Amino acid sequence: MSATTAAVLQIGLLVALLAAVHVPLGDYMARVLEGRTHSRVERIVYRLGGIDPDADQRWGVYARSLLAFSLVSVLALYLFQRVQAHLPLSLGMADVNPAGAWNTAVSFVTNTNWQWYSGEAVMGQLVQMAGLAVQNFTSAAVGLAVAVALVRGFTRSRTDRIGSFWVDLVRATGRILLPLAFVAAIVLLVGGVVQNFTGVQDVTTLTGGTQHLVTGPLASQEAIKDLGTNGGGYFNANSAHPFENPTAWTNLVEIFLLLAIPFSLPRTFGTLVRDRRQGVAILSVMGGLWAAAVAATTWAELHAAGAVPQLAGAAMEGKEVRFGPAASALFAASTTSTSTGSVNSFHDSFTALGGGVTLLNIVLGEVSPGGVGTGLYGMLVIAVLAVFLAGLMVGRTPEYLGKKIGRREVTLVALSILTMPALVLVGAAITAGVPSLRDASLLNTGPHGLSEILYAYASAVNNNGSAFAGFGAATTYQNTALGLGMLFGRFVPIVLTLALAGSLATQQPVPAGAGTLPTHTPVFAGLLTGVVLIVAGLTFFPALALAPLAEALS
Amino acid sequence: MTTSTPTLRPAAGAFEPRQLIASLPQALRKLDPRHQVRTPVMFVVWVGAVLTTVLAAVHPSAFAWAIAAWLWATVVFANLAEAVAEGRGRAQAASLRRTRTTTTARRLTPDGSTQEVPGTALVVGDRVVVEAGEVIPGDGDVVEGVAAVDESAVTGESAPVIRESGGDRSAVTGGTRVLSDRIVVQITAKPGETFLDRMIALVEGSARAKTPNEIALNLLLSSLTLIFLLAVVTLQPFAVYSGQAQSITVLVALLVCLIPTTIGALLSAIGIAGMDRLVQRNVMALSGRAVEAAGDVDVLLLDKTGTITLGNRQAVELVPADGVAVDALADAAQLSSLADETPEGRSIVVLAKTEYGLRERPAGELAQATFLPFTAQTRMSGVDLAEPEGTRSVRKGAASAVMAWVRENGGHPTADVGRTVDAIAGSGGTPLVVAEQVGDGPARALGVVHLKDVVKSGMRERFAELRAMGIRTVMITGDNALTAGAIAAEAGVDDFLAEATPEDKLALIRTEQAGGRLVAMTGDGTNDAPALAQADVGVAMNTGTSAAKEAGNMVDLDSNPTKLIEIVAIGKQLLITRGALTTFSIANDIAKYFAIIPAMFAVVYPQLDALNIMRLHSPQSAVLSAVIFNALIIVALVPVALRGVRYTPSSAAAMLRRNLLVYGVGGIIAPFLGIKLIDLVVSLLPGM
Repeated sequence: MSATTAAVLQIGLLVALLAAVHVPLGDYMARVLEGRTHSRVERIVYRLGGIDPDADQRWGVYARSLLAFSLVSVLALYLFQRVQAHLPLSLGMADVNPAGAWNTAVSFVTNTNWQWYSGEAVMGQLVQMAGLAVQNFTSAAVGLAVAVALVRGFTRSRTDRIGSFWVDLVRATGRILLPLAFVAAIVLLVGGVVQNFTGVQDVTTLTGGTQHLVTGPLASQEAIKDLGTNGGGYFNANSAHPFENPTAWTNLVEIFLLLAIPFSLPRTFGTLVRDRRQGVAILSVMGGLWAAAVAATTWAELHAAGAVPQLAGAAMEGKEVRFGPAASALFAASTTSTSTGSVNSFHDSFTALGGGVTLLNIVLGEVSPGGVGTGLYGMLVIAVLAVFLAGLMVGRTPEYLGKKIGRREVTLVALSILTMPALVLVGAAITAGVPSLRDASLLNTGPHGLSEILYAYASAVNNNGSAFAGFGAATTYQNTALGLGMLFGRFVPIVLTLALAGSLATQQPVPAGAGTLPTHTPVFAGLLTGVVLIVAGLTFFPALALAPLAEALS
Repeated sequence: MTTSTPTLRPAAGAFEPRQLIASLPQALRKLDPRHQVRTPVMFVVWVGAVLTTVLAAVHPSAFAWAIAAWLWATVVFANLAEAVAEGRGRAQAASLRRTRTTTTARRLTPDGSTQEVPGTALVVGDRVVVEAGEVIPGDGDVVEGVAAVDESAVTGESAPVIRESGGDRSAVTGGTRVLSDRIVVQITAKPGETFLDRMIALVEGSARAKTPNEIALNLLLSSLTLIFLLAVVTLQPFAVYSGQAQSITVLVALLVCLIPTTIGALLSAIGIAGMDRLVQRNVMALSGRAVEAAGDVDVLLLDKTGTITLGNRQAVELVPADGVAVDALADAAQLSSLADETPEGRSIVVLAKTEYGLRERPAGELAQATFLPFTAQTRMSGVDLAEPEGTRSVRKGAASAVMAWVRENGGHPTADVGRTVDAIAGSGGTPLVVAEQVGDGPARALGVVHLKDVVKSGMRERFAELRAMGIRTVMITGDNALTAGAIAAEAGVDDFLAEATPEDKLALIRTEQAGGRLVAMTGDGTNDAPALAQADVGVAMNTGTSAAKEAGNMVDLDSNPTKLIEIVAIGKQLLITRGALTTFSIANDIAKYFAIIPAMFAVVYPQLDALNIMRLHSPQSAVLSAVIFNALIIVALVPVALRGVRYTPSSAAAMLRRNLLVYGVGGIIAPFLGIKLIDLVVSLLPGM
């Protein structure tokens, strides 16, 4: 079987799995998130938290609840790391330094999971399980909450209430992420992923030497790492480590977990707005962009130029021989398009084109299909922009799902879309422009070095978390700056999106007719794809031309 | 509907290149930064032009001067577009202003005497006397008398109109001239706020406030400008890192090419031209918001009479009774209608001539004829002819009246006539029975004339167009449900409201609006005023009352209710033009990147020349060509902005497909060709 055939079979199997799962999972999420009843456990949680689960919030209250919850999470996680040496199960790890602890706290709370450290050398088991893994659940749940709040903006009319953040958070965690992660952990465990509390084991190697092997509760961490599009590995090597991702099968399961919720959410959206075709249109745009990225990366890695790759049959540098170039390319394209950031190979070592596609995936704004929740709301925000542009061309005040896109909506959408490129470009320009910062962090020079800087900031601001490994992020400046990038990149669009939801919810919907711009047609899907590409392309083209393009064309 | 009213006001007419030159001084005056700052996109270009000019003066080179010059040209072209649009209205305003000469008003004092005051001193509620030959000093209602008024100064229509106290024909406009008689006018508008004043402000464009959609679009364009500003500013550190720092001139050139200058330059011209298109059709929109709302209308309420039907019932068919030749019936029908001067009566004569070949007989031809005119009591008209066989009496009129006449004169109406009468009434028409009596013989019914409301030609097609655009039409009529239903079906409207009172109309509008739909309607009477005010687009007829004109947000000077359909089309065209040129402007950027980026980094990354797919001559010619294209495309699109993009009523899906293809895909391709062509010329210049 040729490498290309294997790649096609693997992608085909993955697509078949996703196709089978997205309908039931999407409908299940719709039922859970808009359900009217509370389970007994949930009632206890609400009583303990002093929350009235049936009181919906205005968008401002919703946003303040979300920000307060995230602030408490950051502080708790920061404190946890700073005192870990005094806690059980620390495996003898020292307290984490302030800049590093800040960066990691922000990183996990914002669903970025950018890791400046090597997990096995810095974080003990308790911090990994009770600190980082908890955020893996709640940060993904926050994404789902914002997505469903925005959808409520479309489905509700003449109200200033967009739901209760606490109820959305509890349901998304308890009824969606926990059960799915539990099943996924069992599957991974069966597939050979390690799960124990042994800590460090000393083994004698074949050559007679002694090796310290760090183990731990991996399967449970691994499941939510991928399912919640988090990406923070237990080990520095992440999913390239044989304990995290032992076989080609677990590799495929992990890729499936990355994509499962993001690709099911369009169905949830379609179900909630009572027009499944709307969901199909969004899904086709996400799917099309993802498929193009997978195809381009796979092709680039299998057909690399140069003497070494030619002899090896493909670009093997930085890739696990267990997976090979095709499975690595599929993983890379999927992890960068879902804002996950877990890796099974090193994007820094990819061909210029393959690495460029991973970077492009991130700067698209993580909408193809994007992270848990973030992908859907990010895409809907761009859809509102597309509706505004194209809606005018049918001679009516633009409207999306019956809600008019006026001055307030356009302002919120424009600011939301503006945030990411502004943070990425300014952050990258400072590092590239200040020689001392550049020299402190760069491994490579020339266009590849610029790619590393751009990748670091794009990854942080878009809450992806993967890295072009050549970039040294463990300096105080980078830890602080990237931390700020993650924070603003996450919460500025969230607040603007919630404001958009609030603004849409107050409107009385306009009934659709022959004069209404249809948003379920292939023409609209094509337009939306074009807007996603043009918005990213126009803002990042000059920078990309100087980095991966200049490298690829040389 | 009237398509060509003789107009006394100068029409703006088609766009001519000459207008560009004529507007140049005005465009140069607009270079004032205080004016530029109102359009953020163009203000950025203005700042760029100043910056590059200073740089060119400090480090002179042909390239630097060329870039500076073309950036100034870009700003001037944008001003030119606005100036041309404004200039078209200015000629009309000047002509209107001539009629607003200070008039002397004769104010009625409480004791009944008159007192001469300047027209500007009048206050609301004053009563003034206007006699033949005098100009009405201000807007108001006629409270006493009746007069013929020449309103050509306002409406462009040269035929005088009748204005009388009471009823729906009482409103008069300041600046119009009384041709006959004497009227007393109660002033309803303060000087300076009269209809004429508002019209002048409107056509000049000075009163034009930005509409909601225009503000939203401006916000988007400003955001895009900001994003490109960031992309260009941060490019410099990347360029320095890469080993080829860029000159400020080139960075400014890149920025100006990327920001949406095309739409930024034309946006205000599009708005002014949209208003102007309404003025061309003699519609005064009192707010720009209403013009936009017109594009969004979901439901049109149209009065039956005068809008959908011709307004009078007309004879369409003659149905003879059993045993009567249709020619005999036609002859009798014509004879009985010769003296009938009502529109119905005349239509019978016309039908007899056109359908049955009977020539018209002047009344005098029948020497021994005695005509009986129609009266409300007899409800029939007719003629008695002295013929050799005896007096031949022909009668025509309401079925019951004529049937009674037949019975009185010894006849027995046959059952088939009754059936025909019922059938015509059942179809929404009006049956008139024709009967005759010769000598002393028994009278007999000859047949039935079918009168009906005639739907204007072409209405069915227009309603079908509206339906394709997603607009529902509702016919409003005072007729009973049966008649209304028949006309509605014939005209092809979607729904009707029969036996409608003004309250019903208002209730219908409220119901539609509660369902989230936008409603447009026309009206002229005072009792229409609440509905006009409630409707999202209320078009008042100029012949209507002051109350109606005050309540609506548009006034149709031609008083043609069908114009509502055109107003909707203009509103849509305005939005489409904005959307199409925005899309075009953004799509243009792709080609500009391909021209400028390889040129900027040709030294350090010669491999980027692979992106130079246009094979432009040199880095300098590439940058300059992109800037020149960016400036010239504004001028090239001025006619589109002023005229509006082509608009054919069709479904939203079809319109989106077409406009995306023309302005989206076209916008991607056009600059590749344009920049290449300009580069071919620029490469011949020395120093490039």
